[in-house]
Amino acid sequence: MALKTGTDHVFLSLLGVLAFFGIWTLIALSGLVQPQFLPTPWAVAQEFIRLLQTPFAGYTLEQHLLSSLGRFGLGFALAVAIGVPLGLLMGWFRTLDAIVSPLFDALRFVAPIAWVPFAALWFGTGIGGPVLIIFSGAFPPCVINAYRGAKFVEPRLIEAARMLGASHLRMVTEVLLPASVPSIVAGLRVSAGLGWQSLIGAELIVASSGIGYLMVKGQSNISTAIVMSGMIAIGIVGVVIDLLLRALQARIEPHKSGSEP
Amino acid sequence: MGTVAAVLAAWWLLSATDVIPPARFASPREFWEALRQVELSGYADARLHEHVLHSAKLVLMGFAVAIGTGVPLGLVMGWSRRIEALVNPAFLLVRPIPPLAWIPLAIVWLGLGDAAKVLVIWFAAFVPSVINSYAGVRSIERHLVEAARMLGITRWMMIREVLVPGAAPLIFTGLRLSLQACWTTLVAGELIGAAAGLGRVLAQGALDLFPAMILVGMVFVALSGGVMTWALAMVERRAMPWR
Repeated sequence: MALKTGTDHVFLSLLGVLAFFGIWTLIALSGLVQPQFLPTPWAVAQEFIRLLQTPFAGYTLEQHLLSSLGRFGLGFALAVAIGVPLGLLMGWFRTLDAIVSPLFDALRFVAPIAWVPFAALWFGTGIGGPVLIIFSGAFPPCVINAYRGAKFVEPRLIEAARMLGASHLRMVTEVLLPASVPSIVAGLRVSAGLGWQSLIGAELIVASSGIGYLMVKGQSNISTAIVMSGMIAIGIVGVVIDLLLRALQARIEPHKSGSEP
Repeated sequence: MGTVAAVLAAWWLLSATDVIPPARFASPREFWEALRQVELSGYADARLHEHVLHSAKLVLMGFAVAIGTGVPLGLVMGWSRRIEALVNPAFLLVRPIPPLAWIPLAIVWLGLGDAAKVLVIWFAAFVPSVINSYAGVRSIERHLVEAARMLGITRWMMIREVLVPGAAPLIFTGLRLSLQACWTTLVAGELIGAAAGLGRVLAQGALDLFPAMILVGMVFVALSGGVMTWALAMVERRAMPWR
């Protein structure tokens, strides 16, 4: 980064943000659009704070968020708990790879959101349905990255372990797993992002609580401020989840951190 | 191939013996009948190929608009640090919001029609287009740009002969990612409310508790997504013969 233009850069960045909110405010205040459809930024901020205190669609914003996070945690944990071991085993046993890969590739083309009708039919709209959809979004990156990690373990390591008479189980848990951790953690970031997205989709369609449900209710009340508050909350939580996983990644491989955009 | 055959056989066997309850999942025969029904007599107000074409048309429209707006913006941001400084913060504010979360806003603004869907698809493809075009320009080696400048080429030629080809590999990576996102977003949008499209078939199947039709919808969502990804790979090979 050029240090000379540092102040210039900051100035332009501030100008950009000001322009963004400025144009938004101008359009909102000009009266061209009804406030119902485009409220001013501070009206959205007020609505956001109001939603934190007074319940809308049954709960306050925090309660909706907690309900979403609970589903997300469950779906994501299931995806990791099943996906990572499956990926590692596929990386080790060629037969398993040959059996599972074609199925996996075929299912991967189904957009996670397309599971919504079956999820509702099989598990209802409470917790089970949304969790299946989060799972179907978060599962593939877990499998793929664990698999890739296991495939790119140095052959010398494997041969050494084999010479020492390691069993299949110990080979997977003590050689492949530790060597694939960086790849797995990178996969977790992708997986969490996709899982969080799929959750929102699921809640927009089938759910009776959660941040997506709040937005749908805002939408049917034609309240842009509520919808935008939901979007802001989703954005913030998404960033926080990614930052947590990035911190985990940086801890695991300190030499590689900080280079990514 | 063996696995696929085994799964199909198991599917047939388990549904024939009622291990899979018919109310929860379709048997191969029901699947075939639902497929015939939707194509020959229509389901959810249209026939299967009409639903597929409707969905594909919306994805292509949103995708094309996103390429037309996102790639130039990304190229300009990659080229000029000033413009990057100006645009990037506002862009970073909007970027963490997943495309699916724009659906309610699009519905409030534009209703349940096609326009709202194109808006959301545009957004789903816009962000990756910008980011990857930007990264693409940044990945061009400096001495190439300087050599081109020394040779005194015009601005237009710089864009056409240096920037676009140099950024093309990453641009296409972005397009591949965003095509999948577009498709997901469209299906979600159509599930929430639409007059036609594969998502409408899924939504109607869910309302009617019709597992076979849901399965038909899912299979065609996957197939159409696969065909589009394949078509994009073909375009990519054509566009970058040097790769």
